[in-house]
Amino acid sequence: MTLTPQEQALLQLVVSGIATGAIFASLALALVLIYNAMGLVNFAQGEMAMFATFIAFALISRGVNYWIAVPATVVLAFAGGILIQRVVIRPVERAPILALVIITLGLATLINGFAGVLFGYVPRSVDSPFSVGGVGAGGVYVTYRDLGVMAVSGVVLLLMYLLLQRTTIGLTMRAAAHHPEASRLLGVRVSWMLALGWGLASAVGAVSGIMVAPVLLLEPNMMQSIIIYAFAAAVLGGIESPLGAVVGGLIVGVTVNLATLIPLVGGDLQLAVALAIIVAVLIIRPNGLFGHAVGRRV
Amino acid sequence: MRQWLRTAPPRYGLVGLVVLFFAGLPTVISSFLASEWALALIFAIAIMGLNILIGYSGQLSLGHGAFIALGAYISAILAHRYKMDYLATIPIAGLVTGAVGFLFGVPALRLSALYLALATFALAVVTPSLIKRPKDLTGGVQGILLVQPDPPQPAKDAFAFFTSTLMTSDQWIYYITLFWALLLFWLAWNLLRHRTGRAMRAIRDREVAAAASGINVAGYKTLAFGISAFYAGVAGSLFGLATGFISPDTFPVSLSIQLLVGAVIGGLASIPGPLIGAVFAYFLPIESNQFVPSQAWIPSGLASTVEKAGPSVTYGVVLILVMIFAPNGIVGLATSGYLALRRRLRGAGDRETGQLPSDAQTG
Repeated sequence: MTLTPQEQALLQLVVSGIATGAIFASLALALVLIYNAMGLVNFAQGEMAMFATFIAFALISRGVNYWIAVPATVVLAFAGGILIQRVVIRPVERAPILALVIITLGLATLINGFAGVLFGYVPRSVDSPFSVGGVGAGGVYVTYRDLGVMAVSGVVLLLMYLLLQRTTIGLTMRAAAHHPEASRLLGVRVSWMLALGWGLASAVGAVSGIMVAPVLLLEPNMMQSIIIYAFAAAVLGGIESPLGAVVGGLIVGVTVNLATLIPLVGGDLQLAVALAIIVAVLIIRPNGLFGHAVGRRV
Repeated sequence: MRQWLRTAPPRYGLVGLVVLFFAGLPTVISSFLASEWALALIFAIAIMGLNILIGYSGQLSLGHGAFIALGAYISAILAHRYKMDYLATIPIAGLVTGAVGFLFGVPALRLSALYLALATFALAVVTPSLIKRPKDLTGGVQGILLVQPDPPQPAKDAFAFFTSTLMTSDQWIYYITLFWALLLFWLAWNLLRHRTGRAMRAIRDREVAAAASGINVAGYKTLAFGISAFYAGVAGSLFGLATGFISPDTFPVSLSIQLLVGAVIGGLASIPGPLIGAVFAYFLPIESNQFVPSQAWIPSGLASTVEKAGPSVTYGVVLILVMIFAPNGIVGLATSGYLALRRRLRGAGDRETGQLPSDAQTG
């Protein structure tokens, strides 16, 4: 089967869209984890991922092997997420949602500035661990980097699925999120389960940051647009659904890529497409693709 | 009149002092500082609008930078392209932005607080690229350069009478800004302490109960959005006037965050809060720019980074600390301090229950 050049270009956009979509999916999954734990969208998720990415590449530039530096960073990010929950979020766990959102925004601003102080604002390009080049089939070309991103994201998402659905700790976490009172009566340390949720979210987010850094340039504002795509992905998938986050991420990745073909959008209004997705989903189907309608408690 | 003066609550005197302070300020500070204080007042207007939305009606907007940008560009385009008098464009910018905000408030009704925050945050991030697109209208990345008006003769004469110096256009713009700030604060004060304010607070605290008491929930929520956007539009228009230049990068997402910081630190759901918050939020980065290079212990290589990052770090810390320890901001702290002091001095209130003689909000 041979494809016309137009079809090839289209397919090319879809393939590379899936790769970026996989990155959005990881960050969206991080958002979903915290949403499920405490009904909150963490506006600092992108900045947390950015900070972890800086740590990873600081390690690598000091000669640490990539495949040691990255897992080490993920562990650090996990610890950092727990620390943030213990220090900043726990005192206001029961505060109104408005206060919590403002606090995560404060956290985002704080981490952004802190990264600026520590690492500076000069954008740096970082190398991908995957070799240059790629494989082509039928005129469509996939870089090794994109394949690597897809593989890593796939593994992370699978691990999260197994952890949440197939282990006792995952069951306890879900129980603590859905029925905190009952879980407490059964001896679950609910607050620590929330902390665990923050830790996992931070770790998953860190992976997305490390994956996206070679595509963009590493600087404190790197995740500012990525977090919007992740918002769009999470909202599209239904903000409480991990599976939805993955599907949403892939759809957003492909849509945003294909939208560049529309003259009105072009290369510089891709972010507006994400905004349009968010607004459209919230108005037409607020529960997203995989979410459940929740009755409003009076 | 004398009777009224004697019985007026002490806060009227305080308001008078504040007005006098701001009216007299340009006569004692430099023209350059006057333009900075004008910007602080513009922040106060925008934050007042944000305060009406967040503090009184309980809807969180993280995208007010977008409304400010809209107001600024409406005025700039009218003045630059259609040669309108800039001062005449200010109310137009406010009203058009207000109408857009009102329309924006309709879909916002369907969203929970969280989703609204999310959508408006996305809007704030997208704003600069949205402005860049209609190049012919907005000038793209080049932005629009604006001519700052000369003060009219009567104003010049009056200013010369008090200071025996020539009034600069910065000083004139300061007074234009002060006029709008006084007008809009007075409007907000009248609006919020009566029926509308009560209705908005009722909706914020117990939406269902408010609806059950016959309050038009949807009406008041969209109204709050419209009013809030009107304030942002006027602020944006004045912003263009005061800075003399606007471009897409004048309205980054950090502007929206800066406004939020001002609203939160001054004190949500209060009238003086936005003014105090604006002074803090506006002058912090400027003071930081002056403070950092003067400090010998900061290595000179790091100074520019610290200058740039310092305000972010401070904003972040302040947002978190205020929300955790003083959710009502500076005004809340001052009010509770004053009440505690008065309790101690007068021994009023019931010691057993700790009940105050009258509600702070209504008393």
